[in-house]
Amino acid sequence: MTATGTAGEQLVIKGLHVAVEGQEILKGVDLTIGRGEIHALMGPNGSGKSTLGYAIMGHPNYEVTAGSIELVTADGTRHDVLAMEPDERARVGIFLAFQRPMSIPGVRLAEFLRHSVTNVRNPDRKEGEELMPMREFRSELKAKMGELSMDSEFAKRYVNDGFSGGEMKRAEILQLAMLRPKFAILDETDSGLDADAVRLASESIARIGGAEMGILIITHHEQLLEHNIPLRTHVMLGGRIVESGGPELAAELHKKGYERIRATYPEAAAAERALEQTAVPVGA
Amino acid sequence: MTTAVAPPASTPFTRDLLELMIRGSAAPDWSSDLRREAVARLAALGLPNRRDENWMRTDLRLFKPAGWSFRPAPAAGAALPVGLLTAGSTALAEDFDGIPAEAVAPAALAGRFAALDGHVVVDEIAPELAAQGVVFGSADRLLAERPDAFRPHWFSVIDSGCDWFAALHAAFHRASAVLYVPPRVRVTTPFHVLSALSDGGLDTGHVLVVLGEGAEATVLTETAGGGASGNGGLHCGGTEIVVGQSAFLRMVNLQNWNTGVWHFARQKAVVHAGGRLQWTLGALGSRLSQVAQDVALVGRNADAQVNGVMFTEGRQQLVYNTLQHHEAPACKSDLLYKGALQDRSRLVWRGMIKVDKAAQKTDGYQRNDNLMLSKESRADSIPGLEIEADDVRCTHGATSGRVDTDQIFYAQARGLTADEAARLVVAGFFQQVFDRITIAPVREALARAIGQRIRRIS
Repeated sequence: MTATGTAGEQLVIKGLHVAVEGQEILKGVDLTIGRGEIHALMGPNGSGKSTLGYAIMGHPNYEVTAGSIELVTADGTRHDVLAMEPDERARVGIFLAFQRPMSIPGVRLAEFLRHSVTNVRNPDRKEGEELMPMREFRSELKAKMGELSMDSEFAKRYVNDGFSGGEMKRAEILQLAMLRPKFAILDETDSGLDADAVRLASESIARIGGAEMGILIITHHEQLLEHNIPLRTHVMLGGRIVESGGPELAAELHKKGYERIRATYPEAAAAERALEQTAVPVGA
Repeated sequence: MTTAVAPPASTPFTRDLLELMIRGSAAPDWSSDLRREAVARLAALGLPNRRDENWMRTDLRLFKPAGWSFRPAPAAGAALPVGLLTAGSTALAEDFDGIPAEAVAPAALAGRFAALDGHVVVDEIAPELAAQGVVFGSADRLLAERPDAFRPHWFSVIDSGCDWFAALHAAFHRASAVLYVPPRVRVTTPFHVLSALSDGGLDTGHVLVVLGEGAEATVLTETAGGGASGNGGLHCGGTEIVVGQSAFLRMVNLQNWNTGVWHFARQKAVVHAGGRLQWTLGALGSRLSQVAQDVALVGRNADAQVNGVMFTEGRQQLVYNTLQHHEAPACKSDLLYKGALQDRSRLVWRGMIKVDKAAQKTDGYQRNDNLMLSKESRADSIPGLEIEADDVRCTHGATSGRVDTDQIFYAQARGLTADEAARLVVAGFFQQVFDRITIAPVREALARAIGQRIRRIS
């Protein structure tokens, strides 16, 4: 499952254990994503999918109690992602499309993105140094918004403030398109969208991703995978990846649900039930 | 109101000192008589105490009236602290729309006035405005020259007997500035008034602004200097504003003393029929501030927009008592105060909308939002309504919150450092009030000053 991506760079997760408020959610996750590869991560609610996304990005409430996350560059250099602040992770090319993006009232999406793009493209920039020139930024942003069929007025709105569910997800895809990370985790980027919007999102992600990006798509649905055929589909249950397979696995889960998985992996299913009883906020 | 207690044992603010001041002043007799009435009231008053509702959240225990006196006139060429609003920026504002960038380089000023430690050091007006009948500059000089313009309003807008500080100001005001804009004269460039202090200095400056019918003007007042600790200075000031019928005034009061300065100010505007006032208070400095900001809407269709931008840190304590007094029908008042608090600072806003029986069709609004940047800071919002008319729309609101760590994480996940993210979130918090301030250099100066003060959020 570690087919090397085109650029030879990999995001390598080994034996990852993550706890939230002392409650262990991930119980040993192994996953390697190469640049240019698409992986799908499926699983019932509360199985730990979002937790993996947050842990990769470095949310302060998600405590990694064991295991490692490394970014391995083409020359074989291993960068310890866990030692980085979240913004450093963004600057080395890791991106998380949030399931529930935060709003920042009073800050225009364009202004926010200009800071963001400047920092990610100039990882050594110090605060207070020049931002990307407005003219250049503006024309790039307008072009990207055009490709995503977004009205450029949208960029003047405050970040996720009063956005509908669909608008938030489109804003996340826009940021993905502008930042062009090496590795992107898309956490239910299809939820809250109607069928047409999911199709548009699916096409957009395929176009943005290309051969340069490693993508982990967290989804309950098959549709987002229509234009983004995963190299591997992984099933998470009770905080572990219990099974990996090809596209047919996604199709099976979509049709038949998780009963076969629970029956095949009783230990993980027991962990799932234990977690349900302790009511850790899902995706929080 | 204020309970009279035994006057402070010994203060330097005596009748003898006042007579000395009067002998050395060019001001007319009628204004000196007002001072004498005020010093008599002062002698009968004690410092405000916590039984007075306006002062119950103000800690005056360390304020000693005895230690203060006017400094001698500064030597020629003495350094004058620089104000934020005229420090200027050569940067061009950029706009996402491609709307022509707005120049924020310091615009030409209609007039400049500056006082240091109670002595006038700058007193200028653009000659073309003087030729149009505009009067601006030192009160000592102009009260005598133009009593017709100023006498009806001088110390008649604010109540100078309501407490010890008001009486002190009315008796001992010094290095004061006045502005009169004749009917239908529109001044597009701003007037600038700077009150400055050296460490431990005393400033009692008064400002009177009078706009005739249909006149327009912009007035930027600000404070600078003083010591950063201890008894770094005392400002006991007052501002009176008269907006004539259908006149339009944009007024800015920026309090930016260093953090050792005691700041007491009583400010009131009277807006006549069809007049409009956009009044912005900015507060960044001082050790302790107690400010009364009153607006009286006295003629039909008068309109007042009041904006407050406060940033406090360290152990600063800022107290605001605001009043929107609707005395005439069909007037509108809209107050929005926003404060961000860092460290162990404290911010108090107590607001009142008062609607007289005659003031039907009143539209009154007041809102105070505070953002706590540390666990030790504290903000109090106390809105109030007192309504005697029956056909009015009056609403108020207050919020108090903290910067959300999830907001910071979200911005960090997009490559912003935690500090950058915090500054952006706080800038966003103030954006709503900045959007209302139509004077770009004021907006820019406040945003820049606040950005520089924000440290990592705890």
